[in-house]
Amino acid sequence: MTTHYEEAGTRETTEGRVFTVTGGDWGEVVEAVAKADDERIIVNMGPQHPSTHGVLRLILEIDGETVTEARCGIGYLHTGIEKNMEFRNWVQGTTFVTRMDYLTPLFNETAYCLAVEKLLGITDQIPDRATVIRVLMMELNRISSHLVCLATGGMEIGSTTLMIYGFRDRELILDIFELVTGLRMNHAYVRPGGLAQDLPPGAVDQIREAVKLFRSRMHEYDKLATGNPVFKARLVDVGFLDLAGCLALGATGPILRATGLPNDLRKSDPYCGYENYDFEVAIADTADSYGRFLIRLEEMRQSLRIVEQCLDRLRPGPVMVADKKIAWPAQLAVGPDGMGNSLDHIRKIMGTSMEALIHHFKLVTEGFRVPVGQAYAAVESPKGELGVHVVSDGGTRPYRVHFRDPSFTNLQSMAAMCEGGQVADVIVAVAGIDPVMGGVDR
Amino acid sequence: MSDGNIPATRTEIPVEVVGNRQGMFGGRGTGDTSGFGGLVAPIVLPGPSSRPYGGWFDEVADELEGALEEQGLDPADAIEKTVIDRGELTFHVRREHLLQVSRTLRDDPALRFELCLGVSGVHYLSDPGRELHAVYHLRSITHTRLIRVEVTAPDADPHIPSVVSVYPTNDWHEREAYDFFGIVFDGHPALTRIMMPDDWLGHPQRKDYPLGGIPVEYKGAQIPAPDQRRSYT
Amino acid sequence: MGIEEKLPSGFLLTSVETAAGWVRKASLFPATFGLACCAIEMMTTGAGRYDLARFGMEVFRGSPRQADLMIVAGRVSQKMAPVLRQVYDQMANPKWVISMGVCASSGGMFNNYAIVQGVDHIVPVDIYLPGCPPRPEMLMDAILKLHDKIQHEPLGVNKRRAQELAEELALEAVPTSEMRGLLR
Ligand code: SF4
Repeated sequence: MTTHYEEAGTRETTEGRVFTVTGGDWGEVVEAVAKADDERIIVNMGPQHPSTHGVLRLILEIDGETVTEARCGIGYLHTGIEKNMEFRNWVQGTTFVTRMDYLTPLFNETAYCLAVEKLLGITDQIPDRATVIRVLMMELNRISSHLVCLATGGMEIGSTTLMIYGFRDRELILDIFELVTGLRMNHAYVRPGGLAQDLPPGAVDQIREAVKLFRSRMHEYDKLATGNPVFKARLVDVGFLDLAGCLALGATGPILRATGLPNDLRKSDPYCGYENYDFEVAIADTADSYGRFLIRLEEMRQSLRIVEQCLDRLRPGPVMVADKKIAWPAQLAVGPDGMGNSLDHIRKIMGTSMEALIHHFKLVTEGFRVPVGQAYAAVESPKGELGVHVVSDGGTRPYRVHFRDPSFTNLQSMAAMCEGGQVADVIVAVAGIDPVMGGVDR
Repeated sequence: MSDGNIPATRTEIPVEVVGNRQGMFGGRGTGDTSGFGGLVAPIVLPGPSSRPYGGWFDEVADELEGALEEQGLDPADAIEKTVIDRGELTFHVRREHLLQVSRTLRDDPALRFELCLGVSGVHYLSDPGRELHAVYHLRSITHTRLIRVEVTAPDADPHIPSVVSVYPTNDWHEREAYDFFGIVFDGHPALTRIMMPDDWLGHPQRKDYPLGGIPVEYKGAQIPAPDQRRSYT
Repeated sequence: MGIEEKLPSGFLLTSVETAAGWVRKASLFPATFGLACCAIEMMTTGAGRYDLARFGMEVFRGSPRQADLMIVAGRVSQKMAPVLRQVYDQMANPKWVISMGVCASSGGMFNNYAIVQGVDHIVPVDIYLPGCPPRPEMLMDAILKLHDKIQHEPLGVNKRRAQELAEELALEAVPTSEMRGLLR
């Protein structure tokens, strides 16, 4: 039996013959579309689009200006970090996780380290000072993450000033990060067992200064945006998602709190001693983008409070567990090119103690072993519940690390928020979700 | 020593061996120069716990078992084992009953695990018949509790029922687990790849899928990809 | 008030090459191609403190057709690679590429199945900028170096000659795989 294929249409050009090739049923599809009298169009936004918050691809079916169906295409930044970690030791893992959601590096590190510490069974042995500094750095990180959210969100709706303000204030915090960790981003500062190193001299004063300065600038955001009628017109009632929708879709963080449910892991399932800090969970009852914006502003204020409490709480002491089988022997120090071994320590082990040198070498190249089992640790990142599931097979490397990234889960609610709205509102809704593609795709 | 101190019968605790560790350093090939290269130690996952579990674990387990019984399901049938490890409660559920168990966990007023925190696949290459594990974390906002539900499937038949009808949030999570591990979630509305390109071959985070790095060339030297190097685990 | 007022007879003589290079370098329009962490540093460079506007480059173009510089900021995944190439093809000549960060330059720490091991597999790169992420100052340095390169770019027959010379040199050069004892 022979099948008859219709010959593809051809035409001669100066460059040779050009064929018009059609796939299976395209002819029918085109005919059907031509007959339909409505103006349904499918629009692809991204993955390279200035206002989709990174390499996010939005597939919108629009009817005039109304979005009738919205879908996300993700995976354009899939980095295979989880797989890569299976070939590195447990400490090196922090270097990888910090690059997942690159706006919240310290949350990724802390969540990962909490899970590893749970596996090791040393949760109670983490020195107080290390925990307080973790909280301090996380809260500063929360501010910087929210600032980028406001800045990029502002830019996407055309408010360039908001962007300039956001990035200006973020620099204040990055300066602190740089002073403490040696890097502006991607710190690998929190390590299983504690911290890479203590706060450097002068850090406390600088943080106090920055907190004061930033607090005095907070009202600028209110002036610029909170009451601004244009800003409100773009945000109010856009991206609506109620409590039932949030829970069904697993949305956490500001999206969930904007429905009026004060769900915050720092209160409900405290880690790192959050139960000892005095702060309020910001909520709103509008369940829209504007509510989320207000929550982020309020959370920055609360974070400032926590930072100050941390500074008051700092007591001298070690920042790494005492167990020398886990703690890196080196005293790391910030040098001109980032963090490294302090020269004093190298001099000591090279010159005086062969055993210390061997121990150092083994621990750094081979790493420590983690008992068999699995653990889950979660922290409240600026975007929601950041959960880490780690599995160990008793070796010096993770057997499996999985990040439950809040951006990934929250982004699912995009369709529910956008369908039935205007195309321009899609941008606002996505900015209100604040997905970071590094976290979504990992 | 009195007789009372000797346990009457030795009960066999079923353990799950997921592999073997060889030598002192876990090095492969000629890596182990310690002379202990022949040592073999099994890798054993934490075994089932016995009652009482302690804390609220008993309460949750009782409620779940009671609720399943009410629905005419033998708890011992649905729940393979209950493991308490490192302060975390894990129910190992047989895959046939996953849907019913998760619905009960969500809807029973005394349980109320409203929030599912996604599914994480784990591939135990040398655990015959139970290679693929799907690990769900469920959080109860009402009672501020967290539990883990674990389901297994063999590589030869990688099917696990989808819980999207109970927890819609698992839509993307299950697609991710399918993409990376090849676990087929039956009943998922649109189980397609999510991270990798549509025409990708294989499921990259399985243990039998190579890392896929390339050797890096320096002047006069080559550094193999991380999974090809001589290393100790 | 500048040099133009001090010229003795009111006109300057130069070659078309120099003039074109000068004009081109002074009106670069970067396309936004932010991918990952590096993109945040790229945005920081455009914002307040580092102020790329000083070099007349603060306007990032959303559309590749109005841009002539692509700053590939971040890791390029296998899924993103065709998109990247398409965006590059849509840009009009002459165009330049800065590969920002180790990920874009060589794959960096992500030597695995998902990431393209260097964006130069897909598009020709003019400047490789190391760092993870590179500081905004480093990005500005890369941009200034690129300005310099554009300024001195040959045109017409000179360009052809330069290309031929470069090809000859490249053919004669020792491949990296044959270099010995230089590991440092
Ligand atoms: S080079 Fe570093 S900072 Fe830049 S994208 Fe790669 S991991 Fe992120």
